[in-house]
Amino acid sequence: MNAKRTDLLATILIDLIVASVVGILFFLLAYILTAGLPHVSWSFLTGATDAFSGAGGIGVQLFNSFYLLVLTMLISVPISLGAGIYLAEYAKDNWRTSLIRSAIEVLSSLPSVVVGLFGFLLFVVKFKIGFSVISGAIALTFFNLPLLTRNIEESLSAVSRSQREAGLSLGLSKWKTEIGIILPVALPGIVTGIVLSAGRVFGEAAALIYTAGQSAPVTNFADWNPMDAASPLNPLRPAETLAVHIWKVNTEGLASNAAALSAAASAVLIIAVLLFNLGARLLGTYLYRRVTASK
Amino acid sequence: MLKQYSFEKTAVQTFDDKTSLAIKTEDLQVFYGQNHAMFDANLAFPKNQITALIGASGSGKSTYLRSLNRMNDGIATVTGKIWYHGVNINEPGVNIYEIRRHIGMVFQRPNPFAKSIRENIVYALRANGLKKKAELEERVEQSLKGAALWDEVKDNLDKSALSLSGGQQQRLCIARSIAMAPDVLLLDEPCSALDPISTVKVEETLLELQKKYSIIIVTHNMQQASRISSQCAFFHLGHVMEYVPTGTMFSNPQIPVTQDYIAGSFG
Amino acid sequence: MEQTNFQLKKQDAQSDEWEAQLHHATKATREDWIGRGISYFCIGIIILVVASMLWFITSKGIATFTQNHVSLWKFLSGTNWAPDQGQTGALPMILGSFAVTFAAAIVATPFAVGTAIFMTEISPNKGRKFLQPVIELLVGIPSVVYGFIGLAVIVPFMRHLVGGSGFGIISATFVLFVMVLPTITSMTVDSLRAVPRFYKEASLALGATRWQTVSRVILRSATSGILTAIIFGMARAFGEALAVQMVIGNAAIMPKNLISPASTLTSQLTTGIGDTIDGTLPNNALWSLALILLLMSLVFNALVRIIAKRGQLKHER
Repeated sequence: MNAKRTDLLATILIDLIVASVVGILFFLLAYILTAGLPHVSWSFLTGATDAFSGAGGIGVQLFNSFYLLVLTMLISVPISLGAGIYLAEYAKDNWRTSLIRSAIEVLSSLPSVVVGLFGFLLFVVKFKIGFSVISGAIALTFFNLPLLTRNIEESLSAVSRSQREAGLSLGLSKWKTEIGIILPVALPGIVTGIVLSAGRVFGEAAALIYTAGQSAPVTNFADWNPMDAASPLNPLRPAETLAVHIWKVNTEGLASNAAALSAAASAVLIIAVLLFNLGARLLGTYLYRRVTASK
Repeated sequence: MLKQYSFEKTAVQTFDDKTSLAIKTEDLQVFYGQNHAMFDANLAFPKNQITALIGASGSGKSTYLRSLNRMNDGIATVTGKIWYHGVNINEPGVNIYEIRRHIGMVFQRPNPFAKSIRENIVYALRANGLKKKAELEERVEQSLKGAALWDEVKDNLDKSALSLSGGQQQRLCIARSIAMAPDVLLLDEPCSALDPISTVKVEETLLELQKKYSIIIVTHNMQQASRISSQCAFFHLGHVMEYVPTGTMFSNPQIPVTQDYIAGSFG
Repeated sequence: MEQTNFQLKKQDAQSDEWEAQLHHATKATREDWIGRGISYFCIGIIILVVASMLWFITSKGIATFTQNHVSLWKFLSGTNWAPDQGQTGALPMILGSFAVTFAAAIVATPFAVGTAIFMTEISPNKGRKFLQPVIELLVGIPSVVYGFIGLAVIVPFMRHLVGGSGFGIISATFVLFVMVLPTITSMTVDSLRAVPRFYKEASLALGATRWQTVSRVILRSATSGILTAIIFGMARAFGEALAVQMVIGNAAIMPKNLISPASTLTSQLTTGIGDTIDGTLPNNALWSLALILLLMSLVFNALVRIIAKRGQLKHER
C-alpha cells in the first residue's frame, strides 16, 4: 500500500515536471513569436540599421550571419572531414591518439567566449587584421571543429567494417575506400551533423563580439567584388551578425523600441535555427533513403 | 572435453615440379598481439583448382586465408613467406594494392557497396584507370555472367545492390572480384549466410570459375568441401594437420585428428 | 627450403616482371600517401589550435602575476575589483560564476532527471516522438535569445516580485536553468537507456513497483552517467557568457544577496575586454579571468573522465 502510494505520487510529480518543461518551451517559443513576428516585415528584414541607436532593419546583419556561416563551413568542413578520417581510419589505439582525442575534447568544452577571446588575441591584437568577417569565421571554425570532427568520425566508424574490407580487397587504397565507399554511406549522418552545427554557428554571438565585431557598416549590395571596401563580400570588413545585434541592442543600444526590435530579431533567429533543425532531419532522412534503398 | 592431439603428426602433401602453383606459403605464422594464432603453415595451392580449407571454428583457417592477400595488415602480425609468381609478397616493400588486385577476396557476409549493381563492379575498375565506357560495360557483363548473375539483373543494372537477395548479393561480390581479372580468388565461408538454393548457385559458379582462376575457399561445411574442391587442407588450433586430395581426405583421412573431425567427434 | 623457392620461380618465366610489378608504386599507393598527408595535416591543425589556445591564454593570463606582480592569493581572494586603480580582487566574479553554476545545476537536475525518467520509463513512445524534439529544440535556441527573454521577462518579473533592479544572481540562475536543462536531460536519457533491460525486468518480476524499480535499480545503475550529465550542464553554465551578462547586472562587487546586481567571470570579460588596452594591468587582469575560465573547463573535463573511469570499474566488478 505504502509502496503503491509512493509510486503514484512519484508518477504525478514526474508528470508535473514534464508538463512544466514542455510549458517552458512553449512559453519561450510563443513569447518570441508573438512579441517578435508582428514587427517582422520585409523592410525590417532588408533595411539598414541606424548606426547610432541600433534601431532600424537587420538586412546587413542577416546577410553577415549567412556570409559568416558559409565561410565558417567552407573552412571547418574540410578540416573536420580530414581529421574525422584520421581518427576513424588512420589513428592507432595508442597514447598519441588518446592525447589527440583529449585535445579535441578540451577544445569542445571550452566556453565560446574563451574561443572568441583567443580569436581576438590572435587576429585583432597580434595579426592586426581588425574586427572582420574572416576573423569571425576562423573563430567560429575553432568553435565548430571539435563537434564536427567527432560527428564525422562517429558517422564514418558506424559504417560496417565489411564495407572497408570490400574496398581494400579490390585493391583500392585506404583513402579511396574511405572517400569513395565509406563516406557516401556515412553521408546522411554527416550532413545532419553539419546542418545542426550550422544552426549553432548561426546563433553564436559570444565568439564573435570581439572577432567579427559589433558594427555593421552599410555595404553596397550592388558591388560584389570581394576586394572592394564597401562590398558585402569583403572578408576584411567588420560584420555584426544577427545574434550579436540582439545582444548589442539589449545591452548598449539606445533605440527606444529596443525590446520590440530584439524580439523581432530573436524571432527571425529562432525561425532560422528551427529551419536548420528541420532541414537537418529532412535532409538526413532523404539522404539515408538515397544511400540505402534503390532510386 | 576436446582430446589432445599431437601437432607433430601431420600429413601435408607437397607438389612436384610439374604442378603449376598459384600460391605457396612457407612457415607462415600469425600473431594477434601476444596471441599466436597460426603456426608454421606450409601449403602450396595448384593453379586452376579449388582448394578447400576446413576445420572447426577458431582453427585459424580464416586467419590463414586473410594473410594471403595481406588483409591482415594492421590487424595481425604475419611472418614467414608467401610466394606468388616467384615473389615473396609478405615483405615490406610490396605494393599491397597490386597484390589484392591479383588475389581477390570474397567475404563471409555479402558486402556489396551501397551503390548500383553496375557501380559495384565498375567502381574499382575506374579507380584503376579503366575509363572507356564500352570496356567497362563489357566487364560488367562478363563478370556478372561469370558469377551467374547476369540473367537475373541485366535489366536492372542501375538498381541498388542492397535491394538484391543475400545469394544475389554474394554472387555480385564474386562478380566484383572477378571483374578485376585476378588470378587467385580467396573465399571466406562465402555460403555461410546463404540459403541452400543460393548456396548451390554459388557452388556451380565456383566450379565454372576454376577453369580461369585458382580458388581457395574456407568452409565449415564438409559436404561443400567434398562437392567442389580438388585439394583439401584441415586446420586444427592454428596448425595445418592434413593436406591431401579431397577424395583422400573424406574417404581415407591419414591421421587421428582428421579422422575424428571427419567422423564428427568435434567441431 | 631454398630449393622449393627456386622451383616456384622457375615455373614462371616472367617472375622478374612480376617482381617489378608487385613492388612498383601505383596510383593506389600514391593516393594513400596523399590521403595520409591530408588527414594528418587536418588533425595537425586542430592540435595546433588547441595548443596555441592553451599557450596564448595561459601566457596572457599569468602576466598579471609575472609582469604586474599581483599576488595570486590577493587576486583570488581580493573582493575589490577596480583594475584601472590597481585593485584586482577577482573573488566577486569567481563567487558569482560558481553561485550561478551551482544554483542552476541544483534547480535543473530534478527537472532533467524527472523528464528523462518520463521519456525512458513512463512513456517511451511520447518521449521519442514528442519530448525528444522539444529537448533538441531547447538545445538549439541561441544563448542571446535566452538572454533577451531573461531581460524582457525574468528581470521585470523579479523586479516586480522582490523590488530592486531585478538584475542579479536569481535572474541569471533562471536563465541558466533553462539553458542547461536540455543538456542534462538528453544526456541523462542516454544513460538511462543504457541500463540493461533485464535489470528492470528482474526488479519488476520481483514485485517492485515502477518507482521502486526506477529509484533503486535504474537510477542507481545510471548514477555515473547522470553525474556526467550534471557536470556537462555545469560546464555549460560556467562558460555561458552573453545570456548571463544580460541579466546579472554586471556589478563587480561581492554579491550581498541573490537579487542585487553581481557579475561572473564571463560577464566581466565580455563587458571589459574591448575597453582595455593590450598589455596594461586592467587588460591583463581580464585575461587572468579568462585563464580561470579555461582552467575550470579543464577541471570539468577531468571530472567527467574520473566519473567515467569510476563507472567503468563499478560495471566491471
